[in-house]
Amino acid sequence: MSEFIYLYRSTNEASRAAMGSPEQMQKSMQTWMVWMQQLADKGHIKNPGHPLERSGKLVKGKQRTITDGPYAESKDIIGGYTLVEARDLAEAVELSKGCPILEGGGVVEVRPVLQTGM
Amino acid sequence: MTELHEHLFRREAGRLVATLTRILGVEHLALAEDVVQDAFCRALEVWPFRGVPDNPSAWLMATAKHRALDALRRERTARMLAPELARVLESDEQLFTEESLRDDQLRMMFSCCHPRLSEAAQVALMLHILCGFSVDEVAGAFVSTHAGVEKRITRAKNVLAQSQRLFEIADARDFATRLPAVHRALYLLFNEGYHGASPESAVRAELCREALRLTGLLLEHPVAATPATCALAALMCLDAARLPARLDAAGHLSVLAGQDRSRWDADLMAEGQRLLERSASGPELTEYHVEAAIAAVHASAPRLEETNWGQVVSLYDTLLAIRPSPVVALNRAIAVAQRDGAERGLAAIAAIADRERLAGYPFYHAALGDLELRRGKGETARGHFAAALALARNAMERHFLEQRMEACDAGKADLAWQPGPTCR
Repeated sequence: MSEFIYLYRSTNEASRAAMGSPEQMQKSMQTWMVWMQQLADKGHIKNPGHPLERSGKLVKGKQRTITDGPYAESKDIIGGYTLVEARDLAEAVELSKGCPILEGGGVVEVRPVLQTGM
Repeated sequence: MTELHEHLFRREAGRLVATLTRILGVEHLALAEDVVQDAFCRALEVWPFRGVPDNPSAWLMATAKHRALDALRRERTARMLAPELARVLESDEQLFTEESLRDDQLRMMFSCCHPRLSEAAQVALMLHILCGFSVDEVAGAFVSTHAGVEKRITRAKNVLAQSQRLFEIADARDFATRLPAVHRALYLLFNEGYHGASPESAVRAELCREALRLTGLLLEHPVAATPATCALAALMCLDAARLPARLDAAGHLSVLAGQDRSRWDADLMAEGQRLLERSASGPELTEYHVEAAIAAVHASAPRLEETNWGQVVSLYDTLLAIRPSPVVALNRAIAVAQRDGAERGLAAIAAIADRERLAGYPFYHAALGDLELRRGKGETARGHFAAALALARNAMERHFLEQRMEACDAGKADLAWQPGPTCR
């Protein structure tokens, strides 16, 4: 088994649109919970990870320039991450296809965790 | 992991907005709605990773409170107001007891029934604020356009904001004065669900359920639980009990005569009977009492033929005296036909004073068709069903009426029609 990180990326607009009415939110929430639960039941979740605030600071270069989050005009903001276990990249990609963020036009970035000491 | 309760967000939207509006003041209704939306967004970001909290209601309320505090601190114009509100928001956990949440919803319900608003606007506002229906969902419920409903709700909110304060439920006299308008709005909401003109049927039972839930809040409140409230709740329970049988196994509309009565909800039926008995105190006889009594007569008949039609006719006579309407008169005429035969029924329809007002109502023509068919006039009946079909409002009504036309061709008159809730 190898480890992979899912990075959930979406634009502010897309994530806002996915919210909609309370009943739509209920549906979104339901799909998220079911998807996560299914991954967990099959033993793929190494760590459910964390949601991230959509704002922050950027510290840049030798000058240590500090600016507000990179997000002013950026499109995909990372909204959270999960550490999963899968046989290989192909399986990790296959599993990510059920992620509800895709329904709202979002992106799941699947990145193998670099294996060390092997 | 805690399960996500069905319709949690809809339920909580109404409770949270009502409570926050009470704390922030009715002029800050928009702010209350915003922070509740924010709290929901936050839940959607966090819960998939952390699971549903043990007490989702408390989690959402706490999150919305923090959002409100942030917003108040940011809002320049509210700076004078902010410290006081912040103190209230921060300090008082007592503000969020079950009882206070219920009273907040009642306050909002009564505020929505402001006399400056039309009945349609009152119902739309209740659905939007207290039941968490989006503008699109309200538009779907009332077969209106998004723009039309948005305009209506925006205007209604302005009226609410200008009223300076929420309705004071502690004032017994004001309370009693406004209560009939609240009853009426809840009745219309229920009726829209039970018998509405929607082109699709999906949201229907939902509207009935919301009407029942809000009426339940009235029942829990000592002053609001009047005999009329009990009668309204009885009517809703007894009619809602028949909802499972209103669609047959194939999803087709099934009228009273054709319903599989074993599919009626026995619990709701019993609850309706209990409420009807509770409603029978005090001197006032409302239209809800009479309609509930009619529903109870139907409920107590194990088969259509065993219905006490004489009693139904006389109850409709009483209803006509309280709230005259051609639709009620039509229902009475149908009951007369069941008691005395098709000829008498047709005579009763012919005698409806303002029956031209029924011309646009598909089931008026369908009733004529049924009675003509029953006295063997298949051709005439077919014409009436064709007129009804031209007015049908959704696929289910169309399918039902097409079947009636086929029955005309086959010369069968086995199904009688009975419309359920009346007077709109």
